[in-house]
Amino acid sequence: MAKITYIEHDGKEHTLDVADGTTLMEAAVKASVPGIDGDCGGACACATCMVFVPQEWWDKLPPKEDMEETMLEFAEYAEANSRLSCQIVAGPALDGMKVRMPESQH
Amino acid sequence: MSDEIIIIGAGQAAAQAVQSLRAEGFEGPIRLFGDEPYAPYQRPPLSKKFLAGEIGYDRVELKAPDFYAASGVATHFSTRVTEIDRRNKRILTGDGQEFPYGKLLIATGSRVREINVPGFDLEGVHYLRNIDDVTSIQAHFKPGAKMVVVGGGYIGLEVAAVAAKRGIDVTVLETADRVMARVVDPIVSHFYERVHREEGVKIETGVTVAGFEGETKVEAVVSGEGGRYACDLVVVGIGILPNTELAAEAGLKVENGIAVDELCRTSDPDICAAGDCTSHPNGIYGARLRLESVHNAIEQGKTAAATLAGHEKPYNQVPWFWSDQYDLKLQIVGLSTGYTQAVVRGDPAAGRSFAVFYLKDGVLIAVDAINRAPEFMMAKMLTAKRAKLDPARIADESIGVKEIAG
Repeated sequence: MAKITYIEHDGKEHTLDVADGTTLMEAAVKASVPGIDGDCGGACACATCMVFVPQEWWDKLPPKEDMEETMLEFAEYAEANSRLSCQIVAGPALDGMKVRMPESQH
Repeated sequence: MSDEIIIIGAGQAAAQAVQSLRAEGFEGPIRLFGDEPYAPYQRPPLSKKFLAGEIGYDRVELKAPDFYAASGVATHFSTRVTEIDRRNKRILTGDGQEFPYGKLLIATGSRVREINVPGFDLEGVHYLRNIDDVTSIQAHFKPGAKMVVVGGGYIGLEVAAVAAKRGIDVTVLETADRVMARVVDPIVSHFYERVHREEGVKIETGVTVAGFEGETKVEAVVSGEGGRYACDLVVVGIGILPNTELAAEAGLKVENGIAVDELCRTSDPDICAAGDCTSHPNGIYGARLRLESVHNAIEQGKTAAATLAGHEKPYNQVPWFWSDQYDLKLQIVGLSTGYTQAVVRGDPAAGRSFAVFYLKDGVLIAVDAINRAPEFMMAKMLTAKRAKLDPARIADESIGVKEIAG
């Protein structure tokens, strides 16, 4: 279990308990956190679940696979610290992580 | 007068609408009806990871179990709505109850097209639309079992891919002269046929199904061309039909799907519709479209919710779709119907990564991207802009995807 805080573009925070082995996107969609769409349900096909990961947590994440890398390279609101939350699997190492959401996923 | 919003149907559009209704500030009561015993869940994984057993129910359900109650939504699962009585603004259910509505959202989705040949009701002949369908197919998933897939569309080919990986002997029968004929260029069809053959799946095109043989359980598929395919299991995937009957019987306008405008309003101002069951006017394509996709369900769910809550959030987007088979991720942007030129980027004859750009009089209208995320993402943008592209630049891989439009 990891406590993850999702911060909306306007600063509103949502803290969720994300079960180990499930993704940050799944938890956000299930809890209806605004700003995470996850249209494709986690198939890494749509880039509508982007989050920004602060530096102190960035290195705790496994590196991006090619698909995620290229999807992000072309996503409109992507920045250097963007990840797709459907590719971030929760575990104890991520407990306490805070991620920010972009202005829009489309 | 009731201020309740009733949602008929409990799929992706319905779940989105519930969430968006609250986000749009609607505070009145909401009531949700679904004829399956389950709360809204995702269908795309059913023919992919869920069928493969990689994920279970908890990972396909769309919302946490307490979401509906917490959102002030009364749920009626395993309950079929049998009539919309517009005059009295109420709906009637199969168990004899009636509920008044202030406003109504029809999100009845679609159902499988059934095959009407002798032996259609034999045990072992399956469709794939619902969780229960998958559970009964999985019961037959034993290595060495023989499976015939009727229909070489997305569902059929995804099932074939999952089954082949499980050591099942798979034959796909397709009526047209190539797989996925309805949605992609022959270049893409032939590529998929090659990959399936490389993975051990037999693909037979130009084959019509005349019937199923067996005592109580299916033992063979017989073709109109005189072939006989012994099998333990059949999965039929020959398309879906929009569930428009309730709307039509209530006198709402139906044009291929339940006719809605860009705000998801039907011909009755108190009734919206969203998802697979609708057809909508699409400004980008200048045509009325009925789409079978999650993206459409989600976006129309948002738009319908906004309309029902008294706001305007017009829906006018480029559709997109995806399909996972083996290590192939097919991402489709747009609709290629009516294209005048298909331009290939990459080599479909070798390897497993290329894209096809569909142009209509020079304007990009659709892209099929196979393991080509950059092309897919770029195409989303360019299709929405109705970009005019130079075919030579598309085909030239020395030109980066970002520079493709010049």
